[in-house]
Amino acid sequence: MISQGLLIMSYVVASILFILSLSGLSHQETARRGNYYGMAGMAIAIIATILSDSVHSYVILITALVIGGFIGTKAASKIEMTQMPELVAIMHSLVGLAAVLVGYANFIDHSIGLEGIEKTIHLIEIYIGIFIGSVTFSGSIIAFGKLCGKIKGQPVLLPARHWLNLALLIMTIWLGSVFLSNAAVGGGTLPLIIMTLIALAFGVHMVMAIGGADMPVVVSMLNSYSGWAAAATGFMLGNDLLIVTGALVGSSGAILSYIMCRAMNRHFLSVIAGGFGSTSDGDAAIVEGEINPIDVAETVQLLADAKNIMIIPGYGMAVAQAQHTVNEMTKLLKNQDKTVRFGIHPVAGRMPGHMNVLLAEAKIPYDIVYEMDEINQDFPDVDISIVVGANDIVNPSALDDPNSPIAGMPVLECWKSSTTIVLKRSMAAGYAGVGNPLFVHENTRMLFGDANESLQKVLKALNN
Amino acid sequence: MQIGIPKEIHTGEKRVATTPAIAEQIIKLGFDISVESGAGIEANISDEAYKEAGCTIRKSAKTLWKNADIVLKVRPPEQHPEYAIDETELLSKNGHLICFIWPAQNEVLMQKLADKNATVLAMDSVPRLSRSQKLDALSSMANIAGYRAVIEAAQHFGRFFTGQITAAGKVPPAKVLVIGAGVAGLAAIGVAKSMGAVVRAFDTRPEVKEQIESMDAEFLMLEFKEEGSGQGGYAKTMSKEFIEAEMALFARQAMEVDIIITTALIPGKPAPKLITEGMLESMNAGSVIVDLAAEQGGNCALTKKDKVIKKHGVTIIGYTDLPSRLATQASQLYATNLKHLLTELSPDKNGIIDVNMDDDVIRGTTVIKEGKITWPPPPLAVSAAPKPLTEAPSSDQTKPNKVKTSIIPEPLKHILTLLIIGGGLFALGSVAPASFMSHFTVFVLACFIGYQVIWNVSASLHTPLMSVTNAISGIIIIGAVVQISAPGFVISLLSGLAVLIASINIAGGFLVTRRMLEMFKR
Repeated sequence: MISQGLLIMSYVVASILFILSLSGLSHQETARRGNYYGMAGMAIAIIATILSDSVHSYVILITALVIGGFIGTKAASKIEMTQMPELVAIMHSLVGLAAVLVGYANFIDHSIGLEGIEKTIHLIEIYIGIFIGSVTFSGSIIAFGKLCGKIKGQPVLLPARHWLNLALLIMTIWLGSVFLSNAAVGGGTLPLIIMTLIALAFGVHMVMAIGGADMPVVVSMLNSYSGWAAAATGFMLGNDLLIVTGALVGSSGAILSYIMCRAMNRHFLSVIAGGFGSTSDGDAAIVEGEINPIDVAETVQLLADAKNIMIIPGYGMAVAQAQHTVNEMTKLLKNQDKTVRFGIHPVAGRMPGHMNVLLAEAKIPYDIVYEMDEINQDFPDVDISIVVGANDIVNPSALDDPNSPIAGMPVLECWKSSTTIVLKRSMAAGYAGVGNPLFVHENTRMLFGDANESLQKVLKALNN
Repeated sequence: MQIGIPKEIHTGEKRVATTPAIAEQIIKLGFDISVESGAGIEANISDEAYKEAGCTIRKSAKTLWKNADIVLKVRPPEQHPEYAIDETELLSKNGHLICFIWPAQNEVLMQKLADKNATVLAMDSVPRLSRSQKLDALSSMANIAGYRAVIEAAQHFGRFFTGQITAAGKVPPAKVLVIGAGVAGLAAIGVAKSMGAVVRAFDTRPEVKEQIESMDAEFLMLEFKEEGSGQGGYAKTMSKEFIEAEMALFARQAMEVDIIITTALIPGKPAPKLITEGMLESMNAGSVIVDLAAEQGGNCALTKKDKVIKKHGVTIIGYTDLPSRLATQASQLYATNLKHLLTELSPDKNGIIDVNMDDDVIRGTTVIKEGKITWPPPPLAVSAAPKPLTEAPSSDQTKPNKVKTSIIPEPLKHILTLLIIGGGLFALGSVAPASFMSHFTVFVLACFIGYQVIWNVSASLHTPLMSVTNAISGIIIIGAVVQISAPGFVISLLSGLAVLIASINIAGGFLVTRRMLEMFKR
């Protein structure tokens, strides 16, 4: 059994290791080491807590740890890289659920013995902790459902949903005051349960209202919420390690959502509050024009003549599982002394950095993978841009049509390259339901079909 | 149109009017380029390099000139040593010539060219506009001259430029005085400074004070009210009293400094004599003077054009071909200037030039249009330098009264937000107990650390970031662990469940992050 001083010191060490873990992610080279720092911090924190005086129910504890650890390991080793967003979403929901459970356990536990203002603050902390935990839990479940296609991706917009949200919020605050006065005399369970239900409904409603293309924002926002849930639990238990870690995760998620919002030209606050309003006045210009289809043989001919090739992957590449084929093609083209680069839009895919992970999985070297800001000015020198399953992130009307729903969103300006080849299953609007003038641009050639199959054919023809 | 690049025939001239890299860009503008064999040899450019860039190589200067619609050169045309005729004779009738001409000094040449019905653009006559900076060959060459001047000085100076403290004793830094802070002067200041010397600079135009100080050199002030800025950003001749004060300053400085680089020129006039023989005598033995005005007679009384002489223990360098002594660099910059001029002349990028006399830049540069002498051009109203003040502010009242601006709403909004947040925090602090406040402190600081750390995360690692933060937010397990032993079955059950869930998170999060990071390979 270890002393209180030693315990706190372990927490300090764990906090530092967590910070180092996050800062390690600034470069690919140091990222792996960062992950080990995180593991070490977690191990130190858990072991020190288990060894502290207040813990003695080892049987339940160890059983739960082993079972949980086993499930986690299994999940981590089996998951496909294309399913990362789903995994991340479901793990957010777990943090939320754990926060709710710890909150309830703490509420039932009367052995703490606080009086006066301290007790009130403690109760408020429990209340807030459970609220954030519940929102995170139900919101993440819905996000998970949407990401793996179990729930339809289209936004579900209830009438007067902003008022509904406001009503729910006011009710939560009112229930809070009821809870406080009841809990002071030993009751309060009922308002707490009703509030939990409201929070769950709130989480569901918030994520239901968000379309599939906005998922990167939602996922990172829920990441942030899960951090705040942990921080609130830390306040509840008076545990600084939880507070520090929760704050780190919370600000990480908040910054990620901010970056995502900026990449989509949306306002941070309106996203954090949940639900996206569509605010454009007037109708977006209707896209008209002639589509120029192309076949595999012509594509190969174009590629053979090109020197400078840019590949722009989107969510469609993940769906078609085409990243390995893309890698094979990249290798082949590079062996023919062509420059092949990748341009990644910050919100390509369904979560921040999704495309990078997929390309990394396919063993595409990360030094030919560029961010949008690094690469956008290079397009005039590019001979061929290949758009693999992307739509909104290469939509020129974001720049030149003020009435477009995605107006002002920075996009990859692939239409400035000599030729753009768009791989697309069929002519359908992207997730945002926006017509894309790129598809009818005079320099654009459409290669219809499943991205993976088309690329396989191109690869085969290139090999001959 | 066909562009011809002849070999420079002036004795000792090593520059060439284009380089392969620039030639390639010019060809992209739609022109064809032919280069005289060996044209680039002195600037270390082989015929093969030109050929690779897409140029045609011509064996003799005669065929080159004959076939070229536009001839790009460095030096003005002169007597060809092989053919014993003037280069102007080689220029095809109605042809175009772009090079340095110096029309004011070369009236005979101008007449010869006009007789040829030629169109001539003089790179020395590019007007000083912000738009024309990229084709200002004088500035490019002055920059190189300034650089080279310091190198030449270092060559003849017997000591280090930089100060050093070594085991063998202390070495003081060299003191360099640069007179005239134009392009050449500023370049010299930069080089001397980066070699470690103590640099002082003087100029009659007060507006260059800032530029000098921005290069970390000391601006020598003259306690005298007179404005030295002339038209077009150049200096003008100063009054007698001013010159006396100036000379007194130089005399004082000459006793102190080791190296003097003079770049003082007044357009169309002989260079002002700034360093007298008396000052030379007062200088330390081993000192060096580099006179960049040697071409126009020199700023130093004893300067010998194109020679290095030693008088009273002081080396005086009077080279006038400093850019040519850095031929590769000079050719590259000059070629770039020419390319920009061609871009201006051929706005459609179709390889055909249009000498548009309505364009200020082209108007100023063109000295002969189809046999008609158009030099000097009408004066331009705009100048690159700010307009001269009617009265220069004297040093003791330089600080202008600060204009009071009313508080604009933007910062006010900011302040209000801060006030509200601050007020809220203080309200919280007034009711909350100390134990809460200590946790709150930790929370706020952790948020700031998170903010700082996360902005550095590389965008390509955002997914691993999310999964690792997922794993560490499993730290909530600590909360469950400390409660698991509290009395009551329900609490143990809830906590046990929470431990189970959180451990899924921890194991899953870390392992999947590791899996992902293993994949990121260069």
